[in-house]
Amino acid sequence: MTLLISLIAAVICTVIWYKNAPDNTLRVDILCWMYWGASLMWLADAIFEFAELKEEYFAPAPKDMLNDTFLGLSVVVLGLVIWMVILLIKDPKGVIKKALLRKND
Amino acid sequence: MGCFLVPAAEAIVTTVVTKIVEKKEAATDNAAPAGAANSEAVAAVKIPFSRKLKWLRSLLWGGVVLLLFEHIWHGEVVPWFPFLTAMSDPEDASAMLREMSTVGVTMAVIVTLVWVGMLIVSSMVEKQASKAPAKI
Repeated sequence: MTLLISLIAAVICTVIWYKNAPDNTLRVDILCWMYWGASLMWLADAIFEFAELKEEYFAPAPKDMLNDTFLGLSVVVLGLVIWMVILLIKDPKGVIKKALLRKND
Repeated sequence: MGCFLVPAAEAIVTTVVTKIVEKKEAATDNAAPAGAANSEAVAAVKIPFSRKLKWLRSLLWGGVVLLLFEHIWHGEVVPWFPFLTAMSDPEDASAMLREMSTVGVTMAVIVTLVWVGMLIVSSMVEKQASKAPAKI
């Protein structure tokens, strides 16, 4: 389930990146790299788990599935938080700089 | 258990290699003669190797960070020494090493293979782009 959620996130981010290319001001590529990297690594994990569990791999216990779903969603949110922090630090549009240097307010 | 440590080690090596290649490329660019118009045209369609290495670096670090979170989630990584819970028990430690040598190595191999695929596609695109001006 974690692999599935991270793969969905990777595909969505890649579509967004492709739609906006060549404009990459919001650095969506960071999200693509993160989610694809994690998805490929979890794919390796899934291959070994499948080799061990065979068809049982596709019928996880509801409790495990819920935990994996929660983990997958948390991973996606963590990726978004990391991306947002990088974006705010790099500040490609100069929004933070302008806000800090604004004399009024 | 500690499978993500293998791609993490590869990520560290890739980061160091990227820095070295970047420095070498910068030195080569500075040393190139100013009137080399043809080489400039070739450089315009050729992606620097350091940029290609950054693709691998980004894939590895991105995956490692999210997998580190997964290991913290499962209680396999802790913020105190020895950081990996499996290290406190010799049996668990041997299981961890086994997992690193199987799952961890496979993770690194899959990511690297995908990167090699990206290199093949990008070199094909580069070749097409370098041929395109000659046709006109």
